[in-house]
Amino acid sequence: MKIDRRCFLSFGLGVTAGTLFSPLPWKLMDDASIWTQNWSWTPVPEPGEVSEVNTVCTLCPGGCGIRVRKVGKRAVKIEGLSDYPVNHGSICPRGFSGLQYLYGPTRIKSPMKRVGPRGSGKFKKISWDEALATVKDKLQDLRTKDMPHTLACIAGSDRGTVSYLIDRFLTAYGSPNYIRDASSRDADELALYLTQGQDGSMGFDFENTNFILSFGAGLMEGWGAPGRMLNLVGSNVDKTVVQIEPRLSDSAARADKWLAARPGTEGTLALGMGHVIVREGLYNRDFIDNFSFGFEDWSDEAGNTRQGYKALVLNHYAPSHVADITGISAVEIESVARAFAGAAKAVAISGRGQGRASDGVDECLAVLCLNALKGNINRPGGIRAVAEPDYLTWPEMNVDLTASKGRQQPRIDGAGTGAYPNTRYLINRLPAAINSAKGDSPVQALFVTDANPLYTMNDPEAAKKAFSRIPFIVNFSSVMDETAMYSDILLPDHFFLEKTRDVPSPPGVPVPVIGLAKPAVEPLYDTRHLGDTIITLAKSFGGFVETAFPWEDYGTFLEQTLADVWSDLDENGFWIDEKAAPKPWLEAFNTGSRKYEFYPAALANSDGHGYHPKVLEGAASLPGGEKDYPLVLIPYDSIRLSCGILAPSPFMMKIIDDTVLVKNNGLVEINPETAARFGLSEGSGVVLKTPAGRARVRVHLFSGIMPGVVALPHGLGHRAPDKYTNGKGININALINDVSDPVSGMNMAWGIRATLEKV
Amino acid sequence: MTENNQHKKVRRYGMVIDLDKCTGCGACMVACYSENNVPFRTDETKKLDSLNWLRVFKVSNNKSFPDVDICHIPMPCMQCDGMHGHGHAPCVSVCPAVATDYDHETGIVSQIYTRCFGCRYCMAACPYHARTFNWWDPVWPADMKKSLNPSVSVRMRGVVEKCSFCFHRYQQAKEKAFVEERMQVEETEYQTACAEACPVKAITFGDLNNPDHKVHSLKKDKNAFRLLESLHTNPKVYYLTKRDWVRRQCDNIDSHTDIKE
Repeated sequence: MKIDRRCFLSFGLGVTAGTLFSPLPWKLMDDASIWTQNWSWTPVPEPGEVSEVNTVCTLCPGGCGIRVRKVGKRAVKIEGLSDYPVNHGSICPRGFSGLQYLYGPTRIKSPMKRVGPRGSGKFKKISWDEALATVKDKLQDLRTKDMPHTLACIAGSDRGTVSYLIDRFLTAYGSPNYIRDASSRDADELALYLTQGQDGSMGFDFENTNFILSFGAGLMEGWGAPGRMLNLVGSNVDKTVVQIEPRLSDSAARADKWLAARPGTEGTLALGMGHVIVREGLYNRDFIDNFSFGFEDWSDEAGNTRQGYKALVLNHYAPSHVADITGISAVEIESVARAFAGAAKAVAISGRGQGRASDGVDECLAVLCLNALKGNINRPGGIRAVAEPDYLTWPEMNVDLTASKGRQQPRIDGAGTGAYPNTRYLINRLPAAINSAKGDSPVQALFVTDANPLYTMNDPEAAKKAFSRIPFIVNFSSVMDETAMYSDILLPDHFFLEKTRDVPSPPGVPVPVIGLAKPAVEPLYDTRHLGDTIITLAKSFGGFVETAFPWEDYGTFLEQTLADVWSDLDENGFWIDEKAAPKPWLEAFNTGSRKYEFYPAALANSDGHGYHPKVLEGAASLPGGEKDYPLVLIPYDSIRLSCGILAPSPFMMKIIDDTVLVKNNGLVEINPETAARFGLSEGSGVVLKTPAGRARVRVHLFSGIMPGVVALPHGLGHRAPDKYTNGKGININALINDVSDPVSGMNMAWGIRATLEKV
Repeated sequence: MTENNQHKKVRRYGMVIDLDKCTGCGACMVACYSENNVPFRTDETKKLDSLNWLRVFKVSNNKSFPDVDICHIPMPCMQCDGMHGHGHAPCVSVCPAVATDYDHETGIVSQIYTRCFGCRYCMAACPYHARTFNWWDPVWPADMKKSLNPSVSVRMRGVVEKCSFCFHRYQQAKEKAFVEERMQVEETEYQTACAEACPVKAITFGDLNNPDHKVHSLKKDKNAFRLLESLHTNPKVYYLTKRDWVRRQCDNIDSHTDIKE
């Protein structure tokens, strides 16, 4: 039979029609669509019983209450805990993404020993016994050589039982070198000590205030306890907020008024406002006349007449003059000063962004004086010194001769000695102290906990050089970060949500609130509670070091030391020190004059006395010449970026705008006017040069930044094995040099001179 | 898909977002990712490809320094009621697979991933860019799979996804009410993850038809408006602001004249 064209076509048509009427193609299409959507690697989350654990977030010092939702043994969601006294249910994006840190790829899963060169990230897994024996042998060796003081510890905090345990270990071992990581607490604490003679952190009663004058503190950017600030200031439109900073930050945008003062002139502006308040007699006469010292001129021990605050501001800080320095008009300065003085309850606050870096004590004192003029110290809606509550019961401790001799050695960072008698910690001076030492490094062994100095310190290269001279570095970090990469032995602590610990009172909170972080999940990996590690380590030394640690483990230690407080903590998850009510003015001040001291007598006899106008005008705090570097680079903080020791989580990297990061390129914010002057447009590739270093960046035009100023965010440019953050953007700390505050020795750099070169 | 539910009391869940409170912190976005198993990639800077159920946009009044002002606008799915409130949302009307549908019980526009075959008509139809497409397989490295929420199915490559107003939370609240022999789901029992998360309480969520719910009165505020009202998509997400320039930028031509029940 011959198959002609007609026959072929009709057969084909028949087949097509027949197939279409059969279920075959539909079934195939259905199967295909199901198959394309059911890849075996698309996970199906396992169901289970739903439960909740209330605990405290320890991803930053903020200590917000959180509720962890669990399904079976898995933690699946973090939410704010509404009946927690710090944050009342509000938490920040980092807190919400906390499980990504817990379950993320950066966790250190067991004790490790470095096998490659420092920074190479080559580590070998070892057992806990081996790791602890290595550490003990090294430290015992130093002790037999009578060098226990060459052990130093860099820690994120000096409060809370774990910090005290480490400090106790250093005492028993014989080292004075407990070094707290830098933060705005340094300047705050020093300012409180100088003016009020009080040890403690600065508490702000934002709960009861109705006017907040913020000299750069990023109230909406994660300052203090982020959840508390968002809850108190963010959700409350009745509080008037005036934000002073050179960039339209989220805090400035949300404030009732934004005053764009030139960077570094905040202290001058505070004195200018002080001028207006003094000139117009708007200050609290009761407080100034009866409870303050140094407002009027006074004479020192040698009989010389010294200028008081009143004469200082009236003679040197007239609004017209301050307007020239700060760029804020005299009219504006006067109106804000009057509004502050006239508000029922007003508070002024200094600081930069999140306050995770230190700032100048002069600026802090200048702003504190505004609060003194207002007479809001220890008053509702004002500020107060929050002492560390005395809630721990410690057994007596004896030390041996080696330890006693070691403890008497001067601190390696120079804090509390000669030049800086009132400063407690100076981590910024550590690299120079090590690098400038002849012969062996003054630090022979270093502990690092809850800190990432090789990322957070200015000029990390100098810090790296110093670290390379330290023969033995032990790191207790739970995640692999820049500093862990540079360490010799890793003894990973249980992480956030895996352990029990007390959480010390968060920065800025006006009453001491001790929280209890409880484990929400079983420890995922072969990690060990830092408290247990320290106790085990101490016990292995024998002698007085061992007897200083009579507890079996951290759990028994916590219950015994917290004694009376434990049941409250265990039951409620927090404990508020009711005895810590602010004292009346008559009893509040512990200074030489028993009054609030505008002029800290403690400093009056030294050369670097108080408000040195040059310092406050910002000239000294800005390295680099104007000719070579016509611009000023400032860092800014964003609550969408995790600016402290931890890198941002993948979710946080997802919420940052494409005006901050594009692919791996960091974007520098620049005013369109400045950009035009440099011939730059949106997205132009440039080299950002500062006296400290250089970096390739792209340009983002933003009219919210002051002309002549450029800004980069904190929190990017990490160099650690985490593909979500590694090499993305610029670590701005590497572009900024330290500037030592002559009074305190602290780093007070708020920026650096810079220039942009087209590529 | 019945449009006549006369025998039932019709709920219309909606949201009122106070733009003068929003600080742009992004907590709502992260809470949403975490609640709804939204995947993430190593590079999330190409925002058109970035999967989001809720995005916080930043707009500026375009003035020069220092008169410049910025405003953050959180944008979930607008859960459009369509013209005359019949449920003909732009995406629902174009979907050839009935993968997206208007629920007449709650007013929520659903997205059924197993029905979706990825034609992306709905993405083209949506005037709010509320929808995103899964170009890649989701990856949760290390132990991150442990953080997945079993109440929300994980999406596969090749489908469109969008904000569901956390519909699983409605289902859970309804089941609880049923067990407790109640007819009503209380306002506090059903809240979206973002509304619950907002640390400055800028997002209020509830039944727009229920006078006991806060959103009912908030939506009638003189400063309330919706995005692109001139398109008559009839969104159930309202915004509040006292700033005129923000309202103008939201193309709010029919402001205050076209709010229909």
